[in-house]
Amino acid sequence: MDNDSIDQIINKHQGKASSLIQVLMEIQDKNHWLPREVLEKVSEKLEVPFSRVLRIATFYKTFRLIPKGRHEIHICTGSACHVRGAQRVLDTVQDLTGIKPGETDLDLKFSLETVNCLGCCTLGPVMEIDGKTLGKITPAEIADELKKYD
Amino acid sequence: MARINSAAELEELRKDILSKRDPDQPWIAVCAGAGCLCLGNDRVISAFEEEIRKQSLEAKVGLRATGCHGFCEKGPIVVIYPEETCYLEVTPEDVPEIIAQTVIEKKVIDRLVYTDPNSGEKATHLSEIPFYRHQTRFLIGNNPKINPKSIDDYLAIGGYSALAKALFEMSPEQVLAEIKKADLRGRGGGGFPAGLKWETARKAPGEEKYVIVNAHEGEPGAFMDRALFTGNPHSVLEGLIIGAYAIGSHQGFIYTRHDTPQLRENIDIALAQAKEYGLLGENILGSGFNFNVEVHLDIGIFVSGESSALMRSIEGKAPEPRPKYIRTSVSGIWEKPSNLNNVETWANVPQIINKGSAWYGSIGTERSKGTKLISLSGKICNTGVVEVPMGTPLREIVYGIGGGIPNGKKLKAVHFGGPMGGSLPESLIDTPLDFDALAKLGAPMGAGAMLVMDEDTCMVDIARYFLDFLTGESCGKCVPCREGIRQMLKIITKITKGKGKEGDIELLEELAGAAREAALCALGRSAPNPFLSTLKYFRDEYEAHIKEKRCPALSCKELSASEGAKKNG
Repeated sequence: MDNDSIDQIINKHQGKASSLIQVLMEIQDKNHWLPREVLEKVSEKLEVPFSRVLRIATFYKTFRLIPKGRHEIHICTGSACHVRGAQRVLDTVQDLTGIKPGETDLDLKFSLETVNCLGCCTLGPVMEIDGKTLGKITPAEIADELKKYD
Repeated sequence: MARINSAAELEELRKDILSKRDPDQPWIAVCAGAGCLCLGNDRVISAFEEEIRKQSLEAKVGLRATGCHGFCEKGPIVVIYPEETCYLEVTPEDVPEIIAQTVIEKKVIDRLVYTDPNSGEKATHLSEIPFYRHQTRFLIGNNPKINPKSIDDYLAIGGYSALAKALFEMSPEQVLAEIKKADLRGRGGGGFPAGLKWETARKAPGEEKYVIVNAHEGEPGAFMDRALFTGNPHSVLEGLIIGAYAIGSHQGFIYTRHDTPQLRENIDIALAQAKEYGLLGENILGSGFNFNVEVHLDIGIFVSGESSALMRSIEGKAPEPRPKYIRTSVSGIWEKPSNLNNVETWANVPQIINKGSAWYGSIGTERSKGTKLISLSGKICNTGVVEVPMGTPLREIVYGIGGGIPNGKKLKAVHFGGPMGGSLPESLIDTPLDFDALAKLGAPMGAGAMLVMDEDTCMVDIARYFLDFLTGESCGKCVPCREGIRQMLKIITKITKGKGKEGDIELLEELAGAAREAALCALGRSAPNPFLSTLKYFRDEYEAHIKEKRCPALSCKELSASEGAKKNG
């Protein structure tokens, strides 16, 4: 990620130290993860100690300090999905991809996360790949679904 | 758009908008809430657009993508006005027929209307469907009537008239008195009287004060605030501006989720439109009152919905709660008085100002007034967003509105308030929906997430599930929460795996007691609730797991390997 686009984001927030979280979020939206050099630049430009930038970046689960795969799988483990069998969906995805929640496979193909509620509890259990929602998914359908991605 | 400079100009604009609208002109409302979106309503909307274009009906038929209609189970939902014909589970293929038959010929398409699964009776109009018929939809009922991206739609249904009334006919003290008299209680979980909170912030020393909308809604199974705020953002904004006027604040914050782009977009549009009309910013409606709003995003941790943690997050710091011997309404964001209320609480304000506290007080029970939004989910026929008067028996919500339990199973329990709430057994299903009645039974209402469970749900596993959730969401600042919940989770997990031993229940109770007494914030203090309530009402299940190594619901995998094989295939 180049200096210019970081500057743009920081300028948008008028360089206020209180915008730290917003700035990191927008950078991650663009870059998908937060490399160390970027965090250093943010620290310098917002005049926030690097230790505090790291504290925020590591506190929130949403911030990623390692590269992400090309496709992001989110499995809803909210209460409604839980009682409708989200665990079995998660187990199946873990078996098929070989990764656990929070991990990315070695080919940088899939990243797996669990999320707490996508707000469409009607459709539980719910799985989301690259923002596409798959409702009422059964473990049996998952293998076919994952084959669509490369 | 021109700026509005007085209450009279606002009324003129409203008249102007209404005069351009023919009440008899057909228009189509397609639900664009989260549930319908997942069900592919975008394809339904484009099919309508295309069909209207093909038949050159642009001038004759209106089309709106609206907020959530509530009946998520049967989405995508399409309502055709002015008849209010309601079609469920609409596919793009149905669209040409809907236009030709219903919009033009005014005929009802039988196969798309609601059919009662038991009696086989059909219901053509929205208000006749049992799911809607048993509700009182003051807040969410406007969703189908407005496009959330259009301030004119909100003005057309009387929007911002409460703001004009407050600014020009009432003093801030009168607004405050009205809210206090209405006995509006906070909808976020605590049920604290909003009027008292406002008064504390108003009386707190200091010039600069803040008002905040808590739209964090982090508990799993809660989606009503999202539905309301996404579908009708101006109603929340109007309430916020009125509150700011009463408290004497000139800066507001909206704190919401980062993972609901649709909500963010609608909020941003609403703020920009309100600003253009002069309903936000400097000299609102020419009254001399100034007020601005900033949007902040939560980025995925449950504890940041806690008021003091939320305020730290707005300051750009890690969201850690602090002990609240000084209330945030006295010392909040940057140590300034900060009044925080939930989305639904703010949305109640305009109607209280418009219709008066006496009207509001006539709805609900003695200590819980008004209506309450509930997200109904779990093992229930009709999942969705429900709004009922306080005091409605839970039975009415589960059976009358929710349509009962699917697949002929038996109701076992309802769980309120997500990870910080509790479960009530089937025998208490006639309890009224009331802050105090539910709290007394150990299942505080929380924000209004109601999870229905049938006989296949293991209550020990539910307690484990919520503890697991909270271990991940604890900020880690205080020991009783960080360590206590983790240890409780360890023990309960062992129990669900058949490794429980005598004395575990007592140890859990001791840990629960410590967290309740000593944790810093509500998250830690109420974390033991799911365990304590399931233990209170389902102790036999805990004992079966520990003593007989048996899961009565056949849900815990390790305990039901042989019996479960029959069931889970």
